[in-house]
Amino acid sequence: MNFSPVPMHIPDGFLSLMVSIICWIITVSVLGVAISKTNKSLGERQVPLMGVMAAFIFAAQMINFPVTGGTSGHLLGGALAAITLGPWAGMLVMTAVIAVQGLLFQDGGLLAMGANILNMGLLTAAVGYGLYRGASGKNRAAQLAMAGVAAWFSVMTGALATSLQLWLSSTSDLRLVIPAMLGVHALIGLFEAAITVAALAFIFRTRPDLLDEKSASAQAGRGWVFVGGLIALAVVLLSPLASADPDGLNRVAMDLGFITNAQSVTGPLAGYTVPFLASAFIGKIAAGAIGVIVVGAIIVLIGRSMQVSKSSR
Amino acid sequence: MHADAFDRYHEKESLIHYLDPRVKTMVTVGFIVSNALLPDGAWLAFALAWLFLLAVNLLSNFGAGYTFKRSFVALPFALAAITVLFSMPGNPLASFRFLMWDFTITDMGLLRFVSILVRSWLSVQMAILLVAVTRFPDLIHALEHLRVPAILTTIIAFLYRYLFVLADEVFRLLRARESRSAAVAGQWSGGSVLWRAKVAGNMAGQLFLRSYERSDRIYNAMLSRGYSGRLYTLNPHEMKSSDYLAAAFAVALIFVMQIIGRF
Repeated sequence: MNFSPVPMHIPDGFLSLMVSIICWIITVSVLGVAISKTNKSLGERQVPLMGVMAAFIFAAQMINFPVTGGTSGHLLGGALAAITLGPWAGMLVMTAVIAVQGLLFQDGGLLAMGANILNMGLLTAAVGYGLYRGASGKNRAAQLAMAGVAAWFSVMTGALATSLQLWLSSTSDLRLVIPAMLGVHALIGLFEAAITVAALAFIFRTRPDLLDEKSASAQAGRGWVFVGGLIALAVVLLSPLASADPDGLNRVAMDLGFITNAQSVTGPLAGYTVPFLASAFIGKIAAGAIGVIVVGAIIVLIGRSMQVSKSSR
Repeated sequence: MHADAFDRYHEKESLIHYLDPRVKTMVTVGFIVSNALLPDGAWLAFALAWLFLLAVNLLSNFGAGYTFKRSFVALPFALAAITVLFSMPGNPLASFRFLMWDFTITDMGLLRFVSILVRSWLSVQMAILLVAVTRFPDLIHALEHLRVPAILTTIIAFLYRYLFVLADEVFRLLRARESRSAAVAGQWSGGSVLWRAKVAGNMAGQLFLRSYERSDRIYNAMLSRGYSGRLYTLNPHEMKSSDYLAAAFAVALIFVMQIIGRF
């Protein structure tokens, strides 16, 4: 079976035991809340629905489209699952998808599964749903545009979390892994945004009842807007900070006992600076924020153009 | 597509196949944790772990190379670890220029890089072995015994059961797109990347609706057959003395590996 693995499923061996266990603890606690919330709010009818929806996300990842020169884009689905099913159910669905990918296809490790669920299931659903929910009550174009921004952020959040875990496990050098991972995923995130927006626009057009005010997706609390906004803000602030001031972060990680030798302080790479990342990190944060605004604007324009082309038909 | 299209189970008669799935799952997890615990450069312990893998391969009647042939799935991820080659402090082994940066490979960096790859390679083989000797429904049942919440195992069971149905649905959609997308070989056709993404998105939306409506039909069909919210299995899982023996042997072996790895 062919589906291109996304460079986000961490195999076993790449994370240290401590990082794996901490990720498992976070994942298990969040899933515990998700399970009790879903058990309370959903009838038994919803369990087969979530199961088939999990299969849907898995199958939807096989829908690819040619981009250029042999590469192709496809969906990850965390934001789409959370937007259509609600955040808690979306988390459970994504957890099942990642569990089967790890168990059956060895796409992601078993010990590393806690981290993989956290990165691609829980964080993507939280930030995806939170940002989308921020546009509830607005007109459909605004909702779709927001869904695009949410999908882009969900991919970036997963990529950033993956990079940080690799760094905390002393597997990757922070100032290389962050620009590399976030750079690639900024592009992957654009495809994610485009597919998510188009899929939602299609559902709005054919079955608007699944996404209206009474749907499961709209019933979750407004607190998600805050959670999603907070995670997105963390991504905006942390990623430029991490590439501008890795020594500061290394210091923190050493104090917390994750890293015994801050590698890049004494390593042969200590003296080098990436030319365009050299200035003070306040400037970095500003640059990062500008980058995010630009991407956001592009996604809003994409959403608009899709909306226009639809109404003109 | 057939119901077992995604199955990784490899039908054989062997001791390992008959072991209780709980034992197989826990030994696999224990083995992977043990790999994570071994320090960098514990070659003797890594070799022992590999011999253990080889032995289980043979005991399962797969032949020695079964998991080896399938073990390269995690290889692309090695790219993420490549930076440790240059970033660990140690004696320089080789250096080269790439664009505007000088890279120096250190002995400590090389040691850590190879150790990460070996750990990952051993762990992924054990995971391959687990699903090759255990039927997936049995594996889900074992997870239930190991206190994974019922709602999660049920979702996973449904996902596994209906994946091939929805994959068929996807292939129909892909074939439909293909048959409407005539192109001259070597020429760009079919609109911008954005337009293509939109087509893919419409397909995903279409798949969503078909899945959503199918889940309704599935639920009604299951109700009419007496579904009460629980899934049952016909394979009774009970621990036999051979299961305890195998578990004890594996635990002892992992212990020995850990001791050897620390010398």
